[in-house]
Amino acid sequence: MLREEMAAAGIAEERLRVTEIETAEDAEQSDFPGSPTIRVDGRDVQPPGLEEPIGLTCRVYRRRDGRISPLPDREDIREALRRGRER
Amino acid sequence: MNEPGMAIGDKAPPLALPDTAGQVHELGESSPETTATVVYWTCNHCPYALAWHERMLDAARDYSDRGVRFLAVNSNDADRYPADSLEAMRERVGAEGGWPHPYLHDESQAVARSFGALKTPDVFVFDSGLTLRYRGAPDADHDDPSQGASWLREALDAVIEGREPERPESDPVGCSIKWR
Repeated sequence: MLREEMAAAGIAEERLRVTEIETAEDAEQSDFPGSPTIRVDGRDVQPPGLEEPIGLTCRVYRRRDGRISPLPDREDIREALRRGRER
Repeated sequence: MNEPGMAIGDKAPPLALPDTAGQVHELGESSPETTATVVYWTCNHCPYALAWHERMLDAARDYSDRGVRFLAVNSNDADRYPADSLEAMRERVGAEGGWPHPYLHDESQAVARSFGALKTPDVFVFDSGLTLRYRGAPDADHDDPSQGASWLREALDAVIEGREPERPESDPVGCSIKWR
């Protein structure tokens, strides 16, 4: 989904950096709230709430229509990419 | 790690676990009117389990008058995942106004291991003799509420009518159980 939206926005795939968070220490150092986390220029496409702990867990996303999902809403990714291009 | 897990046709292993009110539930205590028993793994923080949650509760309500007993089990390591502690389970059930079935705490993870449960959710359907008749996902797509736990319902309809489910197995889809 991310690659599709990057392509649609004209952003080269070479600009995608995938980081594997393997340990609790890695998670702490990266301020990692769970998998998957997608950041555009360092900003989370759907910033986690304060109650979401740092750690090796699954992210719980809420789609724009209210559904719970393991993935962010495609529109949130699109918007984040758009904002990133405008900066 | 896990035992090899159950195969279709196997008898259910023992299960005696406390719910969020401290009452212990056992598989063998089903009433003679019980036509089928559903044991499924779930938890508080997995997005797949949450996405399927209402569908599972709806199925439990819809089949309650057909003699089907539902038991939800949380086996996640609450030390590493506090959102899955017994206290958090209790708070969640309260915040949701109660569930139509018990939410059991498998603190030692022994029950998950004996069933060979892998994911949240992971659904096991037993007939009245506690023989496994279906194991897998509730339906084909966590992302589509209109699926309505159709695979689970098809299996229950078959078991209640004394037939073999046409789809006895599917791959459970979700987060892995968080082992100690």
